[in-house]
Amino acid sequence: MLPYLLRRLAFLVVSLVVAMIVIFVLLRLLPGDPANALLSVDATPEQIAAAQAQVGSDQPLAQQFFTWAGQMLRFDLGDSYISTLPVAPEIASRLLITLPLTLLAFALALVISVIVGITAAVKSDRWYGSVLSGFSQLGIAVPVFWVGIILVWIFALGLGILPSGGFPRDDWEDPTEALRALILPVITIALVMSASLARYVRAATLDVLGSDYLRTARAGGSGLGEALLRHGVRNGAVPVVAILGIELSTTLLGAVVVESVFSLPGLGSMLLTGIEQHDFANIQGVLVVSTLFVLLVGFVADIGQRLIDPRLRGSVAGNR
Amino acid sequence: MSAVVEQQIEDAAPRRRGGRRSTLVLGLSLTGLIVLLAIVSLIWLPYPPSDISGGRLEAPSAAHLLGTDKLGRDLFTQLMIGARIALLVGIGSVALAAVLGVLIGLIAAFARPWVDDSLSATLDVVIAFPVLLLAMLVVAVQGASLWSAILAIGLAMSAVVARLTRILARRVLQEQFITAARTSGTRWHGIVLFHVLPNIAPTLGVNLALQFGAAVLAEASLSYLGLGAPPPNASWGRLLQEAQGTVLTAPVGAIAPGVALVTLVLGVNFVADGLRDFIDPTRRRQR
Repeated sequence: MLPYLLRRLAFLVVSLVVAMIVIFVLLRLLPGDPANALLSVDATPEQIAAAQAQVGSDQPLAQQFFTWAGQMLRFDLGDSYISTLPVAPEIASRLLITLPLTLLAFALALVISVIVGITAAVKSDRWYGSVLSGFSQLGIAVPVFWVGIILVWIFALGLGILPSGGFPRDDWEDPTEALRALILPVITIALVMSASLARYVRAATLDVLGSDYLRTARAGGSGLGEALLRHGVRNGAVPVVAILGIELSTTLLGAVVVESVFSLPGLGSMLLTGIEQHDFANIQGVLVVSTLFVLLVGFVADIGQRLIDPRLRGSVAGNR
Repeated sequence: MSAVVEQQIEDAAPRRRGGRRSTLVLGLSLTGLIVLLAIVSLIWLPYPPSDISGGRLEAPSAAHLLGTDKLGRDLFTQLMIGARIALLVGIGSVALAAVLGVLIGLIAAFARPWVDDSLSATLDVVIAFPVLLLAMLVVAVQGASLWSAILAIGLAMSAVVARLTRILARRVLQEQFITAARTSGTRWHGIVLFHVLPNIAPTLGVNLALQFGAAVLAEASLSYLGLGAPPPNASWGRLLQEAQGTVLTAPVGAIAPGVALVTLVLGVNFVADGLRDFIDPTRRRQR
């Protein structure tokens, strides 16, 4: 397990470096100087020089990268080009919305998908088994923001029982208000995500149901529920955990869109504003933080997979 | 991540007993409906795209099948134009992903181990990124337009296609008929053209069909966020974004584009489902 852990850790670090280079290079391909975001059309040469000095674009590209990477290592994400406020605290305050949103939605989706997926597999001969399978087919074809719009229409505008968007100005001062603001966004993400997750749970359960060890357990006198719990869960969980990593990352990104539906001031709106204003510091900051999140989740998922399934521990690379 | 790949291959393999021709037919009908809308929109539209002669937010009527938007434009007209854009982005980005992905995948499959290893590791990093984030990055660089949406989505998806191609090609390369072809003097390009590509095409095709649906959804999300094709291109995502504020007074505007989106994506997914069995009848008996 330890050699695998070290190799996987090395892969994590290399991935992060590669991703940072990609982010940096891609953003530098943007036509025009990053400093332009700070300048009006009729800027004087002195103003241009000052702006370039402020954002550092008067330095050679390689030096800019190493300055930036060096800052990263000290958890310093630089200052916003527009507001000149430091990026890191801004991201931290926005994570207070995006992270609970992502994690709550993920947890809810997990619960729904396990129930739906297992039921759809075990009861595939009943009408509700087929309905549940249909639900997950439909779910992967539905755009997440549309679900949000419909839910707002029904529960916020129609029934008026939940807020249609926004977040309390004093953040989590009043936890119930804050949570109320997150209910619809969480359900929106969870509904769509559980649909695709349920397909994997269903496939994994079908695999388990068709397995020899389950038949043996049943022949030994266990009921279906007991056999599934004792032998099926751990076996079925292996492929699902691998998917979970990907899905959790997707949720974070789904959050970007859903935040826009519910006008939540989270990471997503920061990224969008950054793109609109060409605020490179903010864009880079958000991208690096979400990349780190995605890579860490992948890391944890891979380790988790090996903890569940001892057979995988021998294989080092995992995917070949 | 091996399980993800397994699932991709699994997704591209048949699941249920018996043929699923009905799925294929249903999928083709749903997709065909949208394609028909798009083709007709090239020849005829109920109203000129920017005609604002209708009243604002009119309810559906004989004159305006789906009513009008807040500027008084005919919604059905917008919807038809949206079909065109959705199909264009789907076809464009999947074509880009296919060409680029198959090329990279084949290179990785044929290359020396260290090239293969570094290519695969890079692909893993790219795949770890959700398509939408990559697309937003490209749009940030290129500016919002129809072409950057296609470029963005296509590039992001090419990594997935490349990895699938590599794995499938590796499997084929281990077969005995490859050894036979090699010993009988077939050059490597002959092997790729006559042995590898035909053998990986069915599975790859099904996966590309699934990618098509994902591409359409990604474009809708980009447009919804204001990062897609700018007006007057009536992308379904943007129609939904515009109708969101008036959902209470004019619900049709916020429902119809969503239904169109689901119809197309569901249709394409069904086609992919049905194709699995159609292409490879020998595997119908599994599970």
